[in-house]
Order: sequence, then C-alpha cells, then structure tokens
Amino acid sequence: MKPTDIKDPEYFHQVVDCQYACPAHTPVPEYIRLIAQQRYTDAYMINWESNVFPGVLGRTCDRPCEPACRRGRVESEPVAICRLKRVAADNKDDISSRLPTIPSKKNGRKIALVGAGPASLTVARDLAPLGYELTIFDEQPVAGGFMRSQIPAFRLPESVLNEEVGYILGMGMVTHFNHYVDSLKGLLSQDYDAIFVGSGAPRGRDLPNLPGRQEGDASIHIGIDWLSNVAFEHIEKIGKRVIVLGGGNTAMDCCRTARRVGGNEVKVIVRSPFESMKASAWEKEDAIHEGIPIIENHVPLEFVVEKGKLVGMRFEKVSAVFDESGKRSLVSTGEEPVFYPCDEVLVAIGQENAFPWIEKDAGIDFDDWGMPVLNAQTFQSSSAKVFFGGDSAFGPENIITAVAHGHQAAVSIDLFCDGKQVNQRPPPGTSLLSQKMGVHEWSYDNDVTTDLRKIVPLVELTSALQNRTMEVELGFDIETAFAEAERCLNCDVQTVFYDDKCIECDACVDICPMDCINFIENDDEPQLRQSLRVKAGNIGQDIYVSGELETGRVMAKDEDVCLHCGLCAERCPTAAWDMQQFFYQVTKAVPLCSK
Amino acid sequence: MTYHRPEFRHPDLPTNELGYTKKQYEGAISTLCAGCGHDSISAGVIQACFELSIEPHKVAKISGIGCSSKTPTYFLGNSHGFNSVHGRMPSVATGANLANRELIYIGVSGDGDSASIGMGQFAHVVRRSLNMLYLVENNGCYGLTKGQDSATADVGSMSKKGAANPFEPIDLCTLAIELGATFVARSFSGDKDQLVPLIKAAISHCGFALIDVISPCVTFNNNSSSTKSYEFVREHIEATGKTDFIPMRQEITADYEPGFSQEVTLHDGSVIHLYKKDENLDVHSRLSALQAIYKCKEKGEILTGLLYLDPDCEDLHEIIDTVEKPLRDLDEKALCPGNASLDKINESLR
Repeated sequence: MKPTDIKDPEYFHQVVDCQYACPAHTPVPEYIRLIAQQRYTDAYMINWESNVFPGVLGRTCDRPCEPACRRGRVESEPVAICRLKRVAADNKDDISSRLPTIPSKKNGRKIALVGAGPASLTVARDLAPLGYELTIFDEQPVAGGFMRSQIPAFRLPESVLNEEVGYILGMGMVTHFNHYVDSLKGLLSQDYDAIFVGSGAPRGRDLPNLPGRQEGDASIHIGIDWLSNVAFEHIEKIGKRVIVLGGGNTAMDCCRTARRVGGNEVKVIVRSPFESMKASAWEKEDAIHEGIPIIENHVPLEFVVEKGKLVGMRFEKVSAVFDESGKRSLVSTGEEPVFYPCDEVLVAIGQENAFPWIEKDAGIDFDDWGMPVLNAQTFQSSSAKVFFGGDSAFGPENIITAVAHGHQAAVSIDLFCDGKQVNQRPPPGTSLLSQKMGVHEWSYDNDVTTDLRKIVPLVELTSALQNRTMEVELGFDIETAFAEAERCLNCDVQTVFYDDKCIECDACVDICPMDCINFIENDDEPQLRQSLRVKAGNIGQDIYVSGELETGRVMAKDEDVCLHCGLCAERCPTAAWDMQQFFYQVTKAVPLCSK
Repeated sequence: MTYHRPEFRHPDLPTNELGYTKKQYEGAISTLCAGCGHDSISAGVIQACFELSIEPHKVAKISGIGCSSKTPTYFLGNSHGFNSVHGRMPSVATGANLANRELIYIGVSGDGDSASIGMGQFAHVVRRSLNMLYLVENNGCYGLTKGQDSATADVGSMSKKGAANPFEPIDLCTLAIELGATFVARSFSGDKDQLVPLIKAAISHCGFALIDVISPCVTFNNNSSSTKSYEFVREHIEATGKTDFIPMRQEITADYEPGFSQEVTLHDGSVIHLYKKDENLDVHSRLSALQAIYKCKEKGEILTGLLYLDPDCEDLHEIIDTVEKPLRDLDEKALCPGNASLDKINESLR
C-alpha cells in the first residue's frame, strides 16, 4: 500500500465516523466534549453553524450518525448523539449576540426562495450575512415546511421550531406566506439573480385503484395532508378505530397523532415484514410503547364500504420471498383475506415530488421520474440561475439532508452571482492540532468509560396520550447528559504517526488495547488486511500506512475500532505518535461563527 | 488526563483452547519508561502463554529487584507472583518449585540482578537444573539507578553519560552452557517473531531454560555509541535461524529444506523446528553452540536464536528423587512420618 496521505482532509474526516456519516458533516465529537464541559451555548453554536436547527434535529433527526458511531462497533450501542444535541439546545443561554451580523448595506443581489422549509431557510441563513436580498415564498401561513406540517408537536414543540426558524427570519428578508408560487416563468421574469427551489415532496401517495377508495373517500386521508391539517388545527379529531397504512416514519407520526386525537384503537398495517419497514427503529418502538400494534405482511385488497360508510379494510396475507439475486417479492400465503374493522384510514405509503408550477418550457430539464436534472454537487439545474435542494432535489429524505443541500446550494448561488464557476468550490476548513499538555496529560478526556447507553426518560403515557402537543421525551438531565457525553470516543482526536521519529520499539503495539497497530512487511491492501494482528475485515474503514521504516517494514493501523485513548502516543518514547484534534468544517458560503 | 488502559478489547480477538483471549493474560499497565524493551518482553510472555493455552493460575512469576523485576506485575495478572530480594530470585524459585512441582515457573531477572548481585545464585540454579524459564531482560545498565554500566555492558560501549565501559562483559549464555543449562537462547525485545516461539519452547522444556533477551533501556542506554541500543542491535544482529514451535497434537505442515533444518522433540511431545542459517550448527552440541557464539562475537555481531538444547535432560526433582506430588497434596502422615521413621534415618547416618 502507498503511505496514507494525511494531508488530504478527507482521510481523517472519514475516521470521524459520525461526522462523516452526517450529511451536513456536523463536528459531533467537538460539541459532545463541549456538552461534557457544560459549555452548552458553545456546543449549540457549533451545531447551529453546521446544521441550522439543533433544537429541532436534537428531537427529530434521522440520526445517520448513530449507526456509524465507532462506539457501536466497540460495544453494543452507539453514543446517543441526537439526544445530546438536544441537551445543548435545551440548556444554552441567549445566543442572539452570537448570531452573524447582517450588513445594512445589501450587495445588490436578489434571490427568490420557493418554500420555507429547512433547505430554503439554510440557504437564507448562509446568504443573508453576505448582504443578499432574499425573498421567501410559502403556501403555509408560517415558515418551517415539513418540520412544522408533518412532525407532530408531541415530538417537536412548536416553541423550539419557532425559535430556530425565527433566528433566520430575523436576519431580515421579504416573506410571502400564504402565497403559492404557481409559475416558475413568472419568477424568472422578475429581476432575481438566482432562484432556489426548496418546495419539498408535497404529494402523498394514494391507492387510487383499490376497490372502495372512491366510496369511502370521506374516511380515507393522505397521511402527510392529514398531519398538516392537524398541525394547522384544521382537523381536531379522528374516529375511534383507525388503520394506518405504511411502514415509514410518516406512518409512525400518523398513528401516534391519531392516538392523541380520538383514536383509541389504532393499528399500523404494513405490506413488508417488520424488520424491513422504513421507519427508524426508535420510532417503531415509540409507537408500540403507545399501544399501537404493527401488523406486518398484510397487503391491502380493498376498502370495505357499507351503506356509503367505510367499515373496514380487507388484506391479503403475504410472506417475503427472496430470489437468487436477493430481490424481495411479497408472495401470498394463500390464506383467506383478513378483515380489519375501522372508522378511518390514514394512507402513509410514501411521498412524491410534484412540480405542477414549473412550466414545461421554463428551461428546467426533468428526468424520466419527473425529477429535475441537477448537478449533484452544485445543485444547479439546467437553467443556470435555478438551484434545487431538500426533498425537491433528489426525492424525499430528511431535515439534515435538506440542510446539507441548502449549504451547498448557497455556495453555488454565491459563486454564480459572483460570476465564478459553480463547480470550482472552496476547500473545506480544516485544522489539526496536537492535544499534548504534558506527561500523561491530554487536553481531552481520554479515559474510556464502560457506561452503557443512557435511556431518554419519557412523560407518563396516559397524560402523553391526552395532549397532542405535550412533548413525550423529557430529554437528558445534566448528570445523564454528562455520562452519555463521556461515552464518546473522541474520534476526531487523531492518531498521527511520524515515521521519521519511530525507533520500532513496539511500545505502541504492546499497549494498544484494541490491537490496531502493526509493524509489518508492506503488501497490497487485501493481503495486508489479512496479515494484521487482528484481521481488518471492515473494509469501510481505512488502514493508515506509514512510509518505510528503518527495518524495511511499515506501520499499518486499522482505524476500525481504535478507541482514540492516546496510549500509543503516551507510550511512545520519541513522540512518533501524537494525538491531534482534527477539525473539519464543510465548505459554506460564509464562515459564520467558527471556532 | 488519565493513564488507564481501557477495558475494551478488539471484538474479533482470537480465543485459545481455554476460550480465553489475550486479555486474560494481561497484567497491570506498565509504569516503566515509554519505549522500554522490557514491555515488549512482557507482551511476548503474554502472547506465548495465550498461544500455549496455559491456565493462568498454573503459573508462578518470580523476580528479584530492578526494572526487569518489576515487569511480572505487567503480565499474567491472574497468576501467582513473588517479587523477592535483589539477586535472590533463583533461591525463591527453587524453594517454590520444590514445594510445588506442578506449576510453571517464570523467573524474571535483569543484568544487574543476575550478573552482579545474583551471580552466585544464577550459577547454582543453572547447575541444579531447576525446571523453570529464566528470563534475563538485559539492557547493559542499571536503569533504576540512573544508568550505570552493568556487568553485561560490552567493552567500549558508552551509555548516555558518555564514558566507555572498561570491563569485560559477562555473557550469561556462554556461562549457562558451561554450567550445564539444557536450554539456552538469546533474543531481542524488538523481534517478537523470534522471541515468542523461544518463550513457548522454553516453557515447554522440562529443565532449566535461559533466554537472555537484549532489551534496550530507552532512557539511559539507547544512544548510538551503546551496543545495547535498538539501532546497534538491529544492525549487528545475527540469528542461528528461524525457530518454529509446534505444540504437541498439532501437525507439522511447513516444508523445510533438508540439511538446514533441525527438529527437536520435547518431553511433552511438542516439537521445536529450527530452520538454520548455518548447516554446521548443531544445537545439541555445547561445543558447536559456543563456537557459533564466539565466531559471531569476533565479527562484532550478536548471535540470537536457539543456541543450545538438550531435550533429554533430568530436572532437579529427578536428580534428587523427590516425591512426585506437590507438598500441599501430601497428608499429615506422609509429611510427619513419626519418630520411628526419624530413628530409622538417624540410624542410617551413624
């Protein structure tokens, strides 16, 4: 193998599993350390700068970071990263003085933002400090997009959302609420320098051809529309017996909301097996905890309507069969169809993009699936001044992905407005700093606790079910938050190796608790992985290889389960190993309140 | 800040026949200087005992005084241990071994502990063929008292202080061969590939086994003018060959070139396979071993590897015909046979 190029910021970035897995690349270990130090405001600002909605995400994020967390490979459970983020948001001081200053003299460039969801708000947040004049349109009466319309208040209190949306709207921009943009050409004809489309994936899938759909229409609702109507208080109750169709997070939000607005016999009925449902494991757990059964392997056959009224649904029982290529098909078990009585049905079987307001001749190319053709890095469409982001870019994802899109689209818009190439992007901001303070002394807490993951306490169930807006999760208290924060392995504190200083005494090999470090004959990567002290089977994790040493061998370190405990550097007589904190900041339109 | 070894170990760590991972053979975290060769030797002992699937409670670690003699704390934390008096490790080991012949005895000593204050003890434990592994962690200096030259420092070798050593060194390996040791090897702490099989073979050997391990003192004796520095040893190391240790029950699969390989079957059925560099070396011959050592020395090189081995030796228990069981397994009647027996013994001596 060639020596690892640690000057390439992407190398150490990949070692920080959580940060790398996060679409917005939030510097997770850095803010977790700040939480442990009770510097909640600092922790919040690191988050705010990176993911714009820490309070919202600390409650609702899909947490791509947690399955990636190295702790999950060392013991059984990852660090509760998401809920620690909430701790920072809940315990911070007033941050108004730390928000970026907005120039009173504008730069003369006007940007239109379609939709006031997380993607558009991120673009606005990144561009407002640069003096852009922003105009934001949304068909709803308030900003927030699907964070407001689809995430129930018992998971995300309105006050938290309002606060974080407010920081952005407070930067000064023209807002047009209750304003549905019905023509892109109309916008293009105005004097906007660029247009950002963050209009989401607004159309919930239906089952239009299922028998009984028309007749039962009054009692059959599309999940996301129904959630939105509940959120905006157009709907206040539902029938006693409710069937929710679908296995994603929207289905989980639907069933739990139904449980709070009059549904006392709520069931989720899903086509696929329980394990392959799209909903996050914890959201399924929460639904089950609220007494909602999840019935798997049932494919809807018909809505049963008697005397003009929906009385239930009939399902075919199936089982999942996999062919040789691993492709799944749901095959009927041949049993009699099953009937479930109900008063109302919520259809939460997916969402689609829809751009009825973009004219065919507006200059935007769409692919065969009706999605805009975009550059995946710049988010620029075939019409140079129109950029997309969030669910409207590549289909339904989640808040953190929308934020990540927003940052990149803002970079593109800024470059575009400056007349620069949008694909020549500024590099990420990085730093690598030694953490050595003295003998046995590091500036980070390198002790590795054996504590298991802490559980977030919940509000008592009966009262939770009586109030649609009562937040179910109580969040960690300070002590629990500290204990949970201490579980973080500080993966951003990198083991940096200087081959010219190494005397090959083996001290690091002997002390390393995880047998990561090897001094070995160099070889091709597959062979090298096999010949390490413990075979490096996780090919998603790199092998850090040094240049050739005095004896002709190389140092090869498997990054997979390194605890970042610093003992290699501690036991190194020549400081060939050092523990250095790697800070990585995604390219953004503007450095706001960096470290 | 912390200086604790985390509890976690690699989740894919291999297990041995007892179902243990290496972790069950570890000791406390080392307090020796960072980079000390002794820590590598401790890791070698851990690896060897793990690979041999030794039950940790069947090992007794005995040491004298010095940096080297501190190391038993840093390996086999689940074994018996006795950190004894300076230079007196052999006496304590002898006593323990006579009382309980069923344990595996690992004596750890240094160049000061063995070649100076303990020289007499060393000579006699070799002569008596005590069944033990005698590990010398040899750094050519007194590290615990700021690096004065020890009795194994080579003539002209300079420690950190910069004064050349004027005295002839004691070579513990040639001495042990002279005095009748039945397993003699030399190794280097920086070469675990060589050291671990030697430790395994020495533990399996039923008799006195000496391994003199050159183990650089990073703090006081790792400068370029020292003959016991990492750099010097690496440049001047010469090996008798590659030693493979094949435990009994295990099939020999390697393909060895005839002439250059020598196979030795130990008492317990395990096999030492030496893939020799020099066809003329005969590890069963004291003469051949001494010649090889001196030849290398003349060239300014350090000969390492297995030097001499007599697998058919008798250990102290066989020589003096002791009782077969450990003393703690004897009942009162056997231990105190009574006046009649005493009279009988006295009578035989009149």
